[in-house]
Amino acid sequence: MEFFGEVIAWLTDAANWTGSDGVPARVGEHLVLSVIPLVVAVSIAVPLGAWIGHTGRGANLVINVANVGRAIPSLAILAVATMLLQAFLVDIGLRSVASEIATIIAMIALAIPPILTNTYVGINEVDNDLVEAGRGMGMREDQILRRIELAVGLPVILVGIRTAAVQVVATATLGAVFATGGLGRFIIDGIAQRGYDEVFAGALLVAALSILTELVFELIERRAVSSGIRGPAPALREPAQTGTGGGEVVA
Amino acid sequence: MDWSWIARNLDEIGQRTLEHVLLTVIAVVIGFAISFALALLIRNHRWLHAPVVGVSGVLYAIPSLALFAFLVPFTGIQNPLTAEIALVSYTILILLRNILAGLEAVPRDVLEAADGMGYTPSQRLWRVELPVALPVIVAGLRIATVTIIGLVTVTALIGLGGLGYLIVDVGYRRFFLTATIVGSVGAVLLAVLADRAFVVLQRTLTPWARPRAEG
Repeated sequence: MEFFGEVIAWLTDAANWTGSDGVPARVGEHLVLSVIPLVVAVSIAVPLGAWIGHTGRGANLVINVANVGRAIPSLAILAVATMLLQAFLVDIGLRSVASEIATIIAMIALAIPPILTNTYVGINEVDNDLVEAGRGMGMREDQILRRIELAVGLPVILVGIRTAAVQVVATATLGAVFATGGLGRFIIDGIAQRGYDEVFAGALLVAALSILTELVFELIERRAVSSGIRGPAPALREPAQTGTGGGEVVA
Repeated sequence: MDWSWIARNLDEIGQRTLEHVLLTVIAVVIGFAISFALALLIRNHRWLHAPVVGVSGVLYAIPSLALFAFLVPFTGIQNPLTAEIALVSYTILILLRNILAGLEAVPRDVLEAADGMGYTPSQRLWRVELPVALPVIVAGLRIATVTIIGLVTVTALIGLGGLGYLIVDVGYRRFFLTATIVGSVGAVLLAVLADRAFVVLQRTLTPWARPRAEG
């Protein structure tokens, strides 16, 4: 019980909430580290997955990316990316943000598989009759893709983006091992200095941010999905997986 | 790549791999036992379903480093218990869903046929429901094991060795890429091997599902 007093003391100490290593600054760093890779991954994986789902070409690629993506630990991708890219980034004058850029590049690679898989599955699973009806109505291929396939597949695509978002927020925590900022700093520095109040407080902040991310994306899913297909369609709501499984455990 | 370092350090690489395998096997075995018991409990007490699945959904979103960090103040670093409590929790989250889904997917007429043949509830469970649910349960075991192998790399950060030790402590902290690559490739290989092993196990356990072409 005494320990929880220390954690509360840490969390309510004004000194921990100001300056470049205070909680608000670390939350800001964490968000920057998470949002950039997510946006980049979405802008790569959604068009690619939509094209593969629409044409049916390259479906094997999606399955392989998903399987390989699951087998490579995020810590390994972060370490390899940091060590391969850091020297280069320092050379081109980006010393001060070299760790951050390397981490962001690694996280783009991590965020692509779930979004790619779910976009492909979402579009591929659209009832063929709907697509044929669109064709019969004289829609062009791009209209079929945007107005029918993307619209109907949206719930599955959004689940993929949510999975990636939660994974990216978790991996940004690990970035601290490789000298980035973000909330992982409290955990990594705390462990190094045996400051367990800081470790626990950091874990609380990370968990809160992760759960918040999950909730925000669930809210977006509810808002964004057309009421016409919001009905009981349990098959569309489960995360798409290769094999039967639950959601994704992250980093 | 410094191949001679690999040749000179085969002992250490082997030991770290063994640590990695041990942490994984303990988590999956204990996690499976608890998930199995929980699934049977939930099957008989439906009201437990929503709270258990709800709690696991929240736990899911918590990053592994944070979950380890919650435990470190109580169980300490360099204590396998710290890692295993977190790893077993993640295993349960994945497996419980699959075991329940597998059991729920057994067709009703199959259950009625078993009842009609006079099976007791426990005979029905062991001889009909579990064999039919096996592919879904093994699918869960594959995902859980591959996921846990990835998460065990993180346990190096709380002083537990494993392949993460090669990736971070020997590799990154001394800026020695060879060790990082050896640790990373090792973890991927372990994951692929474990996955294949479960596929073989499933084929062995479900001879009736094999294609009959070869007689």
